[in-house]
Amino acid sequence: MTSADKNRIKDKAFEYVGMACTFFGLFMLVIFLGDILMTGIEKIDMDFLSNFPSSRARKAGIYPAWTGTLWILGLTAIIAIPIGIAAGIYFEEYAKKSKMANFLEINLANLAGVPSIIYGLLGLQIFVRTLNFGTSLLSGACTLALLILPVIIVSTREALKAVPDSIRQASYGMGANTWQTIWHQVLPASAGGIITGIILAISRAIGETAPLIVVGAATFITNVPDSPMSDYTVLPMQIYSWIGMPDKEFAKSAAAGIIVLLLITFVLNGIAVFLRNRWQKKVKW
Amino acid sequence: MRFGAAFPLYLRCIKLLNMKKIFISALAATALLSSCGGGTSDDAAAGNDSTATLSGTIKIDGSSTVLPITQLVAEDFKEQNNKVDFSVAAGGTGSGFKKFIRKEIDICDASRTIKDSEAHECDSLGIKYQALEIGKDGLSIVVNPQNTWLTSITVAELKMIWGPDAQDKIMKWNQIRKEWPNEPIHLHGAGHESGTFEYFTEAINGKKGACRVDYNASENDNQLVQGVAGDKFAMGFFGLGYYETNKDKLKLVAVDNGAGAILPTDATVMDGTYAPLSRPLFIYISAEAAKRAEVSAFVEFYIAQAPVLVKEAHFIPLTTEQYTAETAKWNEFKKGLK
Repeated sequence: MTSADKNRIKDKAFEYVGMACTFFGLFMLVIFLGDILMTGIEKIDMDFLSNFPSSRARKAGIYPAWTGTLWILGLTAIIAIPIGIAAGIYFEEYAKKSKMANFLEINLANLAGVPSIIYGLLGLQIFVRTLNFGTSLLSGACTLALLILPVIIVSTREALKAVPDSIRQASYGMGANTWQTIWHQVLPASAGGIITGIILAISRAIGETAPLIVVGAATFITNVPDSPMSDYTVLPMQIYSWIGMPDKEFAKSAAAGIIVLLLITFVLNGIAVFLRNRWQKKVKW
Repeated sequence: MRFGAAFPLYLRCIKLLNMKKIFISALAATALLSSCGGGTSDDAAAGNDSTATLSGTIKIDGSSTVLPITQLVAEDFKEQNNKVDFSVAAGGTGSGFKKFIRKEIDICDASRTIKDSEAHECDSLGIKYQALEIGKDGLSIVVNPQNTWLTSITVAELKMIWGPDAQDKIMKWNQIRKEWPNEPIHLHGAGHESGTFEYFTEAINGKKGACRVDYNASENDNQLVQGVAGDKFAMGFFGLGYYETNKDKLKLVAVDNGAGAILPTDATVMDGTYAPLSRPLFIYISAEAAKRAEVSAFVEFYIAQAPVLVKEAHFIPLTTEQYTAETAKWNEFKKGLK
């Protein structure tokens, strides 16, 4: 056997190993989704979506949980998106090579790796107590915004990096200043990437439970949030609390809650894909 | 370069979010309307009840063990008083007391009495409070139904199995009693963060948190149930409620504390003969909160409904006399407020 033959065999072998790994992941996902769907689907109806949680499994619903999740997401996005994008632009377009930028960059990378419960403790001290927001939606949203900021900043930077420098040079050549170049050329060209990053970051925020437990999200609540200062609960908290209940019926409720949570995530990801495609089509050089 | 004017993107994002917000507000508004609509009939039904006009938000935090009871009481209370809102969290007894001391909550659910250090802090801040016992919780020792050799166990034997010294030493059933099988013993128990763990280790091993660590620990009791139900050589401990709802898959073990082997039942936990693994459950109410009509009405409702609702939540109610005594304590406390 020549070494070329051996290499060909290795090549094929790697292809099959890779394929096996891919299918293993997908297979597990299908099993998981199938199990959740089979357990939970019977529970999902209008009553489940419009009822308040209850210790009596048959009556238990997720009305405050899913409204709370949407509120938290909206508020988190409003807080995190402008700050995240602006910081990303600063890093990438203005502060490229200063020592200060290096220092900030290292810290940013560190922040992205901090466990989420630590953000919860930070949020408890700063937002709940020092700023006196109490255990409100606003405290929760501010905490989650901090949590996803590094993700948004990093993905904004990546998207900006992907814009060819020639575009910037051409813009400068036409007499535009830095801000004009960013606003009219760089940002529109990188919008697809930025939006994708934002949606992925927000999808992460949806699933977070630990920091919200620390900043005081309720487990059982009898009203739906009507302002940023309301008490609230979110879907993952509801699911977590149901999984620990002795009554078997709650396992079904939990599975149904997971389906709703997955649906929200899929819709968000769908929006991300849609927006990215739309914006990428518009960019033609 | 035709994309010059193409940056209303961010504005669009904002717009999308606003739309979402409007959508949610609309939903919230519909909810409000519908609940108001439902409310009128409730008010009519409860027309002769003087508590129908109560309003406000009652904030509760503390033990996750007590949570299901408090939640049931809150639900039923809410049905009669639809203008009173509840925010009930379950961060654990310790975290509940911390918030209680910071005056962030009205009522603290507790699966133990207040610690001296916590009581001292309350005193120094001038926080007056009343503890009311609302029911009892029994910890069950369970094995697999196929386990034929174990029907009762002494506290000393439990300590031998679960104590810190047992780590890496007590690995087989016949090390505890010679006639038991020469098979490995698989242990399942509460995770280190739970009140159940604190309480079990204190009752059995004599010191809070003192325990071997080479066992399958989980905060999720259903996982422990699964562990014991699927393994002939397993042993586990968790709240009696989890045994009650999984009777067909588990075998309950009687505990001998020197006065003969006693199975945990409603009667033995209620009168305290199932020792040392039964504990009282409490609610702590701050004086400041007790002055509010809705909190006061809620506490009275709590004690009145406890015999039924504690049972429904798979815990063990106190005797009628004990509840009368708790009511007397509460009335005494309220007198002192004026």
